[in-house]
Amino acid sequence: MHEMSIAMNILDIASQQAREAGAKVVHSIEIEVGDLAGIEVAALEFCFETARRSTQATSTADLVVHRIEGTGRCVECRREVPVDFYIAFCPDCPNVGLEIIQGRELKVRSLQVD
Amino acid sequence: MCDSCGCNQPADAVTYRRPGQPESDQHHDHHHGHDHSHDHSHDHGHDQHHDHHHGETQPRTIDVEQDILLKNNLLAQRNRGWFEAKDILALNLVSSPGSGKTTLLERTIADLQTETPIAVIEGDQQTLNDAERIGATGAPVIQVNTGHGCHLDAEMIRRACAELEPADGSILMIENVGNLVCPAMFDLGEAAKVVIISVTEGDDKPLKYPTMFAAADVCLINKIDLLPYVDFDVERCEEAARTVNPRLEFRRVSATTGEGLEQWYDWLRSRRGES
Repeated sequence: MHEMSIAMNILDIASQQAREAGAKVVHSIEIEVGDLAGIEVAALEFCFETARRSTQATSTADLVVHRIEGTGRCVECRREVPVDFYIAFCPDCPNVGLEIIQGRELKVRSLQVD
Repeated sequence: MCDSCGCNQPADAVTYRRPGQPESDQHHDHHHGHDHSHDHSHDHGHDQHHDHHHGETQPRTIDVEQDILLKNNLLAQRNRGWFEAKDILALNLVSSPGSGKTTLLERTIADLQTETPIAVIEGDQQTLNDAERIGATGAPVIQVNTGHGCHLDAEMIRRACAELEPADGSILMIENVGNLVCPAMFDLGEAAKVVIISVTEGDDKPLKYPTMFAAADVCLINKIDLLPYVDFDVERCEEAARTVNPRLEFRRVSATTGEGLEQWYDWLRSRRGES
């Protein structure tokens, strides 16, 4: 499934960054995964363990996952509420939708190298 | 070894073919998604001395802050720009396998192609079958076979368009791999997603696969000629879909009898008018 291609993308980013920094070994890769990003973290971790062997630099790298909670903000009253899906409505304003302001992240935050 | 043409490439490579194109003739795209130029750290002679040195380098942190799907998203935006420049209305057709996407396309092309040119990109894991059906209508079509892949991505669309050369002012129908999950994550550069569900599926599908229904602009409920024989409640399905996407529009159609198709064509015409 595509968690494998996400894992490979993470490793490509890490390898490239390590190469540019002249680093030989990547010890860990920190990523952010929003709860609304559509990623199954367990599947991603599973795929990462296999995919990391594709380059010498990343072969023993740990994947550190920071999960980001979904948050929505009402477009009218500006109240912010936690959400678990990106279509959500304000608990105070009838039928007014929430703008998702957090939770869709899918990025490599940093690497620990050498 | 690739078992299609015997070349030294992985068997799960993405391919691009026209109807009737023999397998050995296909354009291989073995560069699927990720960069093969990996860093193999070669230890040259002089580096050996550093390895024996006991002054360790300090571990350091490199800040990256890079979106993982950046590459696909950038390519999708590039596709989007290309479509706009050529006044092409690109639509991403998504559904479970078996909802009737290809039949609907055959019918749409037959009815509309004198009005507006239509070009098609077909996506499946294997076979040329869908492209051959579309080819028989006379519309230009290219088949992308993803191998093990579960969705089309922006790079595949870019390459398919380079082959297909859709005409300026045309509608480009992209029939995605039958899958209600993965395609939602991969922007192709389309103007809109069309989600198709048939009445032989469950009417609670939009709740079970909310991501896809939330991402779509219009939902076609197909095979309505079979309603007398199934338990499908159309109102309930539309209501379910509206809870995950309040702005979703619906058209009830039968690709085989033709019922309701004019409303689908009107939706196409109104989107075509906007481009």
